[in-house]
This record gives sequence, structure tokens and C-alpha cells, in this order.
Amino acid sequence: MKKDVIRIGCGAGFSGDRLEPALILTEQGDLDYLVLECLAERTIALAQKAKQQNPNLGYDPMLERRITGLLPLLVKHNTRLITNMGAANPLSGAQKIIDIAKRLQLTIKVAVVLGDDVFASISGDEPSMEGNKALSTYGTLISANAYMGVDAILPALKTDANIILTGRVADPSLFLAPMIHEFGWDRADWDLMGKGTVLGHLMECAGQITGGYFADPVSKPVAGMENLGHPFVDVYPDGSGIIGKVSGTGGEITIRTAKEQLLYEVLDPGNYFTPDVVADFRSVHFEEIKKDQIKVTGGTGKPKPSQLKVSVGYQAGFMGEGEISYAGAHAKERAALAGEIIEKRIRNLFDEFRVDFIGLSSLHGPVIPQGSEPYEVRLRVVGKSHSQDKANLIGEEVEALYTNGPAGGGGARKSVKEIIGVVSILLDRDKINPEVIIP
Amino acid sequence: MIKLAKIAHSRAGDKGNTLVLSLFPFDENDYPRLIQEVTAEKVKAHLSDQVKGEVSRYEIPGLHALLFTCTEALGTGVTTSLALDAHGKSLSYALLEMKINPKP
Repeated sequence: MKKDVIRIGCGAGFSGDRLEPALILTEQGDLDYLVLECLAERTIALAQKAKQQNPNLGYDPMLERRITGLLPLLVKHNTRLITNMGAANPLSGAQKIIDIAKRLQLTIKVAVVLGDDVFASISGDEPSMEGNKALSTYGTLISANAYMGVDAILPALKTDANIILTGRVADPSLFLAPMIHEFGWDRADWDLMGKGTVLGHLMECAGQITGGYFADPVSKPVAGMENLGHPFVDVYPDGSGIIGKVSGTGGEITIRTAKEQLLYEVLDPGNYFTPDVVADFRSVHFEEIKKDQIKVTGGTGKPKPSQLKVSVGYQAGFMGEGEISYAGAHAKERAALAGEIIEKRIRNLFDEFRVDFIGLSSLHGPVIPQGSEPYEVRLRVVGKSHSQDKANLIGEEVEALYTNGPAGGGGARKSVKEIIGVVSILLDRDKINPEVIIP
Repeated sequence: MIKLAKIAHSRAGDKGNTLVLSLFPFDENDYPRLIQEVTAEKVKAHLSDQVKGEVSRYEIPGLHALLFTCTEALGTGVTTSLALDAHGKSLSYALLEMKINPKP
């Protein structure tokens, strides 16, 4: 029997998202499915590095914490979880989930979706989409993961697994797959694929449709941000949906929050490419049916692309950073002098180097800001190097300004981090072979 | 002249090295004004510190929305940029600093 409505919640919109909104959704949201979207472009390359160092790692670093809290609630409410927390190592992630279930004395089954890792079939000669130059010219390659679509997830949904754990799949596909599974949609009905993708895209960033990344206390005030509720969507067989959240949680769902999220990261509203469809968002219509409930209709689609996007990670060296603050009379001039001193001493050691004045021009540059002088200015110096020692030098030099630099410098901080660059290529769909394993 | 922030809201997104900025009037009656005042050329000039490539504008009348895609806007790309705000998430508010003519 096909259902007449399904409810899908989104409890995380990125790897570092809050833990408790997913718990609240699962306990009080009456969900059929919970989705946790935890994989940004770069996250999977970082996970691949973790796996190289320890073959049992490479799944999402928050997986254990998220699953430990959620598992009893998922079982209690018979809610299925779909998540890309498998990252670079879904099999080890699944084993971790099974271990947690044993510890909690819960009986669950995990279906693992594999096939996104195409590193072995990359030669390095492929031209990148960004710069149209061979991948190998960027640096040592460390990962290549294809964005798979619903075709990879659907076989896992056909099993009786409670948890579907994937690596890289396109974010909206995490939501579209259960819609197709429950309603028996024809995967070549491009308008339905487009409508389902609209709903998935609105949901995938979790709190970004309930007031997160939106609130402005002056022009767009939102109440209860400290307790921001994450969204769920009631999906109907015709591809329309109603987005809501658990009552009593903070934040708001309005036509404004929905519009901002619909166009978020969209390069062309008439052609939104996913592995499942090329969706057209231009006919989407929002209607507020009551407080915090937005009805979504419209949206169309065109046939899915023949090639899939592959994110390729490479080692891009080290980024060294140092900061120090100045306040009061001549703060700007003293910060500028501090920056000049560092530049004169070490700038020639770096290919890329920049000096920012936080509070003045570090975010929008020197052209736009106008108005009065800030009371405080924080100098930020940053540079990129393939040598970790050289990258270290930046923070050391900034710290040394305490006793060798302008008057009144305080609060120096330094850091070095490894840079993982990501570029993309396109790969023919038939080169990617999705597979489902139940460990 | 008034700031765009008085009459509109915006959200920034990124794809690789491309910055995406949406723009919506608080009052739908101001949509024609945004179409007239906030052209791709003006956005490119206004964001000249950030945007080294091209600015394209999409009109979505059904949503009373404008969408700007700005290429070569995020240094060498989000993952390798040395900028403090590598994703350009704060740049919606750079767009909203743009000055436009007050209501005729």
C-alpha cells in the first residue's frame, strides 16, 4: 500500500551541526524518515586522509555522538535514518553503528551504499571543471568521490534496514530517494523529480530554512535562535510539500526564509543540476498556510545529466595565520605598522600572502566600508606554503610583535592548518557502479 | 540615496570560486525598482574588491527575486582561499551596502 503522505525531517545540515535538533525531531516530530546531511565538498577529502592514517576511520567524526543519542529514538519511533555520515569509509561507519547498537542492546540493520569512491579510476590527466587543467597539476591527489543520486540509494531503501549509510551522494537525493520509494514515482517523470528535488534542496541545510543564516535583529528578527528547530517536510504523491517544525522549538519558517533557502548556492534557477534531474526552480510557489507552515508547489524538471560531478581532493600545502589587536588612539595606524613590519620581514618567503585588518576591511575589502574609525583593529596575517615550518613562521612573527612591534599590541594568536583543495571533474555515469552491502 | 539594506534582504552562497547572491524586496511592490536599480553592471562595480570575473543576473518574477552569480569571486576557491571569510558568507551584506535612489 502506497502512503498518501510521508514526513521527512532534516536534523543536520553540515558535519558540525548541533546535535539536539535531530533528537527533538525524532522524539516529537512523528517522522517517517530522518536525514542527516553532514558532508561538504572538503569534508570527504579530510575523511579520506583520516582513513589513510587509520583504515578504521574516515567516517564522520561526529557519527558516534550523533548515533548514540539518536538510535534509541529511531528504534522507538520506527523512523528510518538516511545519512551521508559514511563519508570516506561507510563500511567502518556501519560497523561503528552496529557496535553502538550492541552496546545499547538494540536490534538494528544498516545498509551501506558504496560506489562513490572513484579514486582508483582517476588517472590525473582529466581536466578540472574550474581551471580546465589536468588534475595532477594541482598537487598530490588524495580523493575522488562521485556525486551519486537516487539510483544508488533506492536499493538500500528496498531492504529492511533501519539506517542507510552513504558516502558522497547529492544532498537533495537523500530526500528524493524516500519519496520515490514510498510513492512509486517513475524516475523518468522529470517534473516529479524536479518537484522532489525542490523539497530536498529546501531541506538539506536544516536550520537555514528555520531562521538560521537569516536572522537579523534589526531587519529580520527571529525568536528563539538558541533553540532553533530543524525542519520536516510532509510530502504528497503529487510532489507538493508542507514544511514545518516541531512546535515549541525556536526559529521560524516563513515565505522569506523559504525563498532565501530556495536560491541558496543555485548557479542557474532554471537549470539546477543533480544526478537525478535538471530541476527548474522558477515556477516554485510558497504559501503560508499557518504560522511556521509553508506549502511548496511548482517546480519542473528536465532529463538527468549523462555525466556525474566528481569532487577531487588534493594536498595544497599549509596555511599559517597570526593575529594581534590594537585599540584606542591610532589603533588603525599601529595595526598598519605591524602589518608592514611582518611584510618586510617574511613576505618574500610565500607565494600567497595577505594582511587583513579585522574590524576595518577583512570581510568586504577596503572599497565598501565607510564611516567612522573603529575603536579596535585586529591585524590578521596569513600565508600559504608547502613547508609547514614556513607556515609556522607567520604566527611566530606576529607573536613576536608583542615585544618588537608597535605599542599596545595584545591578544596574539597563531595557528597552522593543512589545506586540502577540492576541484571537480565530470565522469560518465556508466563508470560509476553503486552497490549496497548489509554488514 | 538609500542603502539596499533598507528595502531588501539577501543570502550568499558559494560554488567553487563562484559567489551566488540572492536579493528579495521586503515589499513586493519594490521588485520593479530592484530590477531597474540593481543591474549586473552595478553589482560588478560595487563588488569590485571581490569579483574578478563576470556577474550574471537572473530575474525570477514568480518569487519576486533576483539572483546574481559572480565568477572568480572567492580567491582561488573556497577550499584554498586565504580570505578570512573563504566562503563569502558575509558578502550578502556587502551587496546590501549598495546605494540606490530613494523612491521617486
